[in-house]
This record gives sequence, structure tokens and C-alpha cells, in this order.
Amino acid sequence: MLLKHTPTEVHERKALTVNPAKTCQPIGAMYAALGIHGCLPHSHGSQGCYAYHRSTLTRHYKEPVMAATSAFTEGASVFGGQANLLQAINNMFTVYDPEVIAVHTTCLSETIGDDIPQIARKALNDGKIPEGKYVIHASTPSYVGSHVTGYSNMVKGMVDYFSETSEHKSKVINLIPGFVEPADMEEIKRIADEMGIKHILFPDTSKVLNGPMTGKFKMYPEGGVTVADLKRTGASMGTVAMGRIATMAAARALDAKCKVGCEIIDLPIGLHATDLFVDTLRQMAGVNVPDSINFERGQLLDVISDMHQYFYGKRVGLVGDPDQLLALTKFLVSIDMVPAYAVTGTPAGKKWVKAMEEATADVPREVKIKSGGDMFLFHQWIKNQPVDLVIGNSYVKYIAKDEDIPYVRHGFPILDRVGHGYFPTVGYKGGLRLLEKILDALMDRQDRDASDIDFELVM
Amino acid sequence: MAKAAKDQEMEKEKVKLEGMDPEKMKEEMLSKYPTKVARKRAKGIVVNRVEGEKVPQIQSNVRTVPGLIGQRGCCYAGCKGVVLGPTRDIVNITHGPIGCGFYSWLTRRNQTDASTTPDGHNFMPYCFSTDMQDEEIIFGGEKKLKQAIQEAYDIFHPKAIAVFATCPVGLIGDDIHTVCREMKKKLGINVFGFSCEGYKGVSQSAGHHIANNEIFKHVIGTNDEVDEGEYKVNLLGEYNIGGDAFEIERLFDKCGLHLVSTFSGNSSYDKFAKAHTADLNMIMCHRSINYVAEMMETKYGIPWIKVNFIGAEATAKSLRKIARYFEDPKLMERVEALIAEEMPAVEKARDEIRPRTEGKRAMMFVGGSRAHHYQELFNELGMTTISAGYEFAHRDDYEGRKVLSEIKVDADSRNIEELKVEPDEKRYRPRKTPDQLEKLTAENLLADYEGMMPQMNDGAMVIDDITQYEADWLIETFQPDIFCAGIKEKYAVQKHGIPMKQLHSYDYGGPYAGFTGAINFYKEIDRMVHSKVWRYIKAPWQEHPELAATYAWD
Repeated sequence: MLLKHTPTEVHERKALTVNPAKTCQPIGAMYAALGIHGCLPHSHGSQGCYAYHRSTLTRHYKEPVMAATSAFTEGASVFGGQANLLQAINNMFTVYDPEVIAVHTTCLSETIGDDIPQIARKALNDGKIPEGKYVIHASTPSYVGSHVTGYSNMVKGMVDYFSETSEHKSKVINLIPGFVEPADMEEIKRIADEMGIKHILFPDTSKVLNGPMTGKFKMYPEGGVTVADLKRTGASMGTVAMGRIATMAAARALDAKCKVGCEIIDLPIGLHATDLFVDTLRQMAGVNVPDSINFERGQLLDVISDMHQYFYGKRVGLVGDPDQLLALTKFLVSIDMVPAYAVTGTPAGKKWVKAMEEATADVPREVKIKSGGDMFLFHQWIKNQPVDLVIGNSYVKYIAKDEDIPYVRHGFPILDRVGHGYFPTVGYKGGLRLLEKILDALMDRQDRDASDIDFELVM
Repeated sequence: MAKAAKDQEMEKEKVKLEGMDPEKMKEEMLSKYPTKVARKRAKGIVVNRVEGEKVPQIQSNVRTVPGLIGQRGCCYAGCKGVVLGPTRDIVNITHGPIGCGFYSWLTRRNQTDASTTPDGHNFMPYCFSTDMQDEEIIFGGEKKLKQAIQEAYDIFHPKAIAVFATCPVGLIGDDIHTVCREMKKKLGINVFGFSCEGYKGVSQSAGHHIANNEIFKHVIGTNDEVDEGEYKVNLLGEYNIGGDAFEIERLFDKCGLHLVSTFSGNSSYDKFAKAHTADLNMIMCHRSINYVAEMMETKYGIPWIKVNFIGAEATAKSLRKIARYFEDPKLMERVEALIAEEMPAVEKARDEIRPRTEGKRAMMFVGGSRAHHYQELFNELGMTTISAGYEFAHRDDYEGRKVLSEIKVDADSRNIEELKVEPDEKRYRPRKTPDQLEKLTAENLLADYEGMMPQMNDGAMVIDDITQYEADWLIETFQPDIFCAGIKEKYAVQKHGIPMKQLHSYDYGGPYAGFTGAINFYKEIDRMVHSKVWRYIKAPWQEHPELAATYAWD
């Protein structure tokens, strides 16, 4: 047993988090910033922060993750990090020549109270920011929210710094994806393309964190939303933001700043959420949905109907990020699975809990939902009443192994497998992939556990 | 004529690296930096030249230049992650926002075998954190910490709880040590804290030192029970990545050495507590643990020797060194028998693989000892290390302990406490007579580490705290056959089309220590430098872009 010290009995904990289901803001900000073309994310704090974030993102993507640090020492922590950041900006532009430096703060620099815009202005006045280059920032204190909050804050920072108001709205739709994989971002763009819609997706980590092997290391890979496109987001006719917690702040900011109306919808995971995404796009752009999309939808529906007997009534434990959990829960309910437990470490708020309760209102059994929980609690729930399947990041493997439960990796971080960077779980195609993964896990178990007499070619 | 001869002589004296002048290469590499930065980096980049006992001076253990992108982590990572990370039966609580605890959760590959302690406690798969929120940043986090310690005790009943401070804890002035003392009194178990805020020092190294200090103060020497067994030893600075410690333990068992404790791979709290009963300390990773060895020598009278179990030859040498220390023919015999038993398999593997690896070139930038130790294994494969450096080492790790007295203590190091240690009235016990000590010291056996540079070739580029830019420049310039570093560097190197071996996590392979480990490593390097994948970078139509007329469109 790996987690043998986890007791079945649940005692309320007020102060101790055990096996977190979240991490801190800055890593989300770093991830979002990598979705700007030519951007070098910069961590304004101790060098440990960026080392940890780069390591985690690198393990998750198995790709280079470039970012820099202000490398605070004790002195900087006492006197403030201005000198470090000024030097860092100069060094980054001189040595690494990025288009944009995206600074995010840390618990250290936030506690000190460093004023990043003021330091950036000083860098500009001192001539340390070359013509046509940018330093943007987001405030991301690690002691507030989670990695999802950090992502949200940096995406909002893109709007704050770049979006330009325009009287003439062009026939372009802004797409803001939540904290999802590069493959998901690619798939969202593909669906919009398929519908003949011009779009600006930001941030866009596709072709950044799922890049090719070419024999040449590129500090700034091919992908990422360009600064020119980010500026044009203010001239788009509307914004579709996917995942309220990760994207609403940016979408609302864009509306407030540039009068670009927004629709905030779920992450397009599963049948209905993808339907909503496609329908929202259709109405906003005033286009017809092409047959190719109907075809994909039909394929997903086909597999749901073909394999319904394997889904029906199966209890699923979910742990992950709030936007993902909401969309996944709705998908599972739609195929008659039973989302029994849903835990996020992110303090996702009452609205999220209410949305989760509504999504599971018709589920015949009790559904336990926890915002601001941890995997220790999740595991205890499972010990009290088992589930047939767990879905979560790589850390869930310890629970899955101990309790001998089929397990599908989904979410962040996935440190021990590949695939998530290349194959989406959004859209109808992504729905198919999720179903394939769920079925593989359940049916492999069925094969493994069957006696020789019960074992059949098709089960 | 005389001038030409002089020039010629000078030219002869210049060291070369792959036919090039490394000093010039260095200049070229530095030319991209702003002047001040170039000046600073120049002191940490040294062309090696071994003259007798002397090697050039290298600047190290100094502040990282902001914005350059490097390898280093923080003080917390060195303390909680490295030294205390493998302690399975201590509940290690991170006091701070959630990130630090999360990132150090199971991300170092410290294997452990909890079945070797009676209670079987193993908290390593758990992450414990106070998950500080903004209200604690404003009003202080001591209350929450106290409550967290209480909850950890109530749920897990560990024999010890340790608390690790993160950056904001130091800034807001939470007194973790007072909280720990109070809770120790209240709970009746050992509770102790580490002020290892991330901003302290200049790298993980500060965290190692702080970890050494607190373990020394709070744990070592708290249990005077003496184990049965001959040749009692402690192994220091071995963290059991990929099962290295298991392989070393196997060798010790075979020659009848009794391992009292390991700091801290496959360790247990109780073994730390009686570490002072051993008769010899053996240091693997000099950088991270030499402090404990020195303090134990002063307080308890235990001499220390530097060992290295990376590389078959190095392993044999280290085993002989141990036997020499104990000056016991029986042990010497056992050691020789073990080497004789183990070496044939090693030699067989090496002889089979070496023709394929001979002459290949490696670069390695890692840690505070591995960039040195792994050169042994590459040497055994006939490979040359043309450039190497440490991430967080000090001058003594590069140039040897003979330079210790020359090292100036700067402001960043001064902030890390140096414990004043006196011989323990009850527990100090000389292990050797003064005569014996003198003799062993004269043989350079005791308390000596010669460092990495004396063993490297002239002309090799030694680079401390290497930056991303410098690594890219080296790779593009020299096209090494293999590059070794950590996870953050891994995929950038491989995008260059060069195989990259992680020497922190071993790319999830190992063990690489001892004799079995050497064989594993030979095979691994053989696989890596001969992997076919590097030949597939160009598609057929990129190799031969011309079109055959038969099939060409109009």
C-alpha cells in the first residue's frame, strides 16, 4: 500500500492540506504566457519558483519550457526586487531577444509589494526595452486561488496590455480557451476553421508545447498568438470564453475595455458542451454549421449508443480543475455514468458548487462535491464507498493502485504519460478520445478480472 | 628568430580543446553578454589546466545573474527537497502557499523500503502543507501552523514532524521554531523546523547547509543505543535515486560493513538518532552533506572519508579505502573477494560496449558532485568529458578542499548559520589513536576531497551555474555525443538532435551506483548514443528534394 496511512474515517481538517488538488498561481501564468508567440515568461521571485514551474511544465509536456527569473536573494527580499528585475529585463532582451517579456509575481514579491508596472516603466525610460518589444505583467500571489487563477490573471493581462479598441468591428471571433492542452487549443481552432469562422485564439500553446523534432532548438517555437493578433482582439465582433473560472476575467475585461461582447460557456468537453460551443459560434458569427461538424457529432453519438451498456450506472470519482470538472461531470451524466465524487483544490466559489449540483441534480445517488478540497479527502471518500473509475492527474495513480480502481489520466499535471499534448479531449473528436480512454480502462479491468470460464473474446 | 621561437613555445604551452583554443572560445561565447554580465560570468568559466596539485580558480556559489535562465533552484528545494526529501518516517510539513509543497511532492526519485523499520511508516507519497492564504500573510501563519501540526499528529501519529519555511514565512516573521518547540512539548514527539526560505543563499546549497544544521541539532545523538555488528559506518549524501542506495547496501552487506544510517536515502528517523554511534562517516555527495560529517567529527570523534560509488573502478577504490580505514585484514580480504566476484561481469559488459563508445564526447552540468562522479563512468567507456560544471557547488567541489581556507565568506553565505560545535562530554570517543590518525591523514585518506578539476583534462571548459545560452552555444559549437543535466534542460538539448541523459532523475532508470549500476549505465549510454532516432530527423524528401520526371506534374 502506497497511501497506507490514509484512514477511512474523515475528520475535519482546518489547517493541514494533504495531497493537494491544486498548485500555485505563477505556474498558470507561466503556461499562459508561453501561448504568446516570441514570449519569454519571467518569474519575479526566488529562483526556486521558476525552477519548479519549468520542471513541472517540462515533465508534463516533455518539451523545452523557457522562462527566466529575478533570482531574489535575501537582500532583494528586504530592499525590493526592482534592481533584479531591471537587470533581468536588460539581460533577457540582450541575450534571448524575445518579442514580449511576460512578468508574473510570486508570493515573495507580492508580500514585499513590488510594483511591476512602475519597474517596467523605469525599464522603458532607461531604454532597456527595445523599440517594438513589450514587457507585460500579471499579479499572481501564490497565496490566493490556484494555478487556474494564475492562468486567468495572465490571460487578462494580455487584454489589459494589448487589446486595442476599434470603432470598426471585423468579422473575427476571439476564442479564449481555459487551462487546457495545446492539442485542445488546436482542436478549438480547427472546429472554428471548419465552420469558416475567422478567429483569434489566445493564449495559444499549440505548436509551442507540442513541437516537432527538427534537429534545431528554437527558443521561440512556431506557435503562439502574435502580438498583432492580440492587439486586434479589441476589434473582434465577439468573444467566446471557454471555462468560466479560467477565462471569464479576460473576456469581461475585453468587453469593458474594447466593447467586445462575450459569451462565457463551459469547456467544450463532451457532447452537450461541444454542442453549446458550436451553437454559440454559429450564432455569434451568423454561419451555418457544416455537414462535416454534424458528421463528427454523429460519430460521437454513435459510440455513446454502441457502448452505452458499459457506461451505464458506473460510479466515477473525479479530481481536477473546476472548469474541467464541470464539463466532465456534465458529459458523464449525459452518458448515464454516475459522477460520485468531484474534488478540486481550487477555491472555485459558490457558483461553481451550485453549477455542479445542478449538473448532477438528476443523478439518482448522492454526489459529493468539494471546492478547496484535497486528494486525501477524495481518497477517504473512495475508501468509504468505492467507485468504478477515477479520473485525474498523475498523482491519482497512487489512489488507483492502492484501491485497485480503473484510472484515466486527465488534467494537470500528467507527468508519467504522453498523448495529452497531441490528442485533444475537447470537441466531438476529443469526446471520442475520452470515451475510448474510459472504455479501455473499464474493459481492460473486465478482461483482467474475468475467470477463465467467464472470459470471452468480446465481453 | 628568437621571437618566433618564443611564440612557438607559447603556442605549445597553450591548451587545446578539440583542436581549438578554449580561451578564445570562451571569449566568443561571452561576447553576447552585456559587459558587466560578461565580466561576472568570465570568472565562473574556466579552462582547465592541472599543474601538479594546482588547478585554476573558479568562481562559484555566487548569485545567479537575473534573467539569464539557469539550472538552479532555491534554498527550500535543497533542504526539504534534497536532504529531507527521502526521510520516510518524518511528516514533513511545508509552511507556506501550496506551490512549494506541491512541486516537491514525489518529484525526486527517492526510493525507500519501509519494511526495514518495525512500524513501517512511510509518508513519502504524501504532501503536507499549510496552504497559506492571504489572511495568514496579513495576520501571521503561526496559529495555522500549530493547528496543522496538531492535525498531522492526530491523523498520522508519526514519531517526528518537521516544518519547512517558504519565502513569505520569513518575510512576515512567523517564528516556526517557537511553534515547533511548543508542539514538541505538547505532543511529546520530536518537532523541529527549518528556516529554509527560498530566497536564502544563492542556490539549493544554502538549503543543504540548513538541513544539516537542524538534523544535527535536533536528531543526531538522541539515541545512544549501539547496534550489534562490526565496522559501523554512516553513508552521507546518498539519496537513493533509482535505487542507488540499495545497490550500495548490497555491497556493504557482502563485506560485512554495518550501516548505522544513511543521510538520507532509504533512511529512517531512528537511524539518524543513533548515527553518532558509528565509527566512520563516508561522504558520497560532498556538497550537500560535508557539514554534518565535520560536525560529527568534532562532537563525537567520528572521522570521515570521501567515497564515490559511481563507476566500477571508483567503487572498488572506495571499498578499499574503507577497509584501509579499519585496518583490519579480515575486512580487506572480504573487500578484495567482493571486487574479484563482481568485476568479471562489469568487465564483460564494458569490453563488449566500449568499442562502440570509445572516443565519444560528453558534457555534464549537474548538481554538486555528480558532474564529477559520472566522469568516472564515462572514462570507463573510453569517453571524454570536454566540458562540465556544477549547478550549486562551491570552490572546494571544483578545486579540492585544499582551497577551503582561501574561500571568502560573502554576505549571502554569512546569512546561513554556522553551528559552533564542541566535543560532547559524554559521547565524544576517539575512533583512532593520534598516531593512526596522522598516518591515515598522510595518506590523504581522511577528510579529504580533491575536487572535480584535478581529474579533468587540460583544456576542458569548466562552467559553474551554466546558463541556457551557454549550454546552447556549447552544443552548437562542439556537437557533443551526449549531454547530461536535468529535466529543464532535457528537451532543449534533444531538439538540437543530441541525446540527453538526466543525471538527477536518471531518466527514471538506474541504479547506476556500484558494480551492477556501472553495467546498467554502460548499457544505457550505449543505447543513447546509438539510438537510431537521431538519424531520422530529415524526411526522405528533405534528403533528396529532386523530383523524378516520370511522376512530376506539369
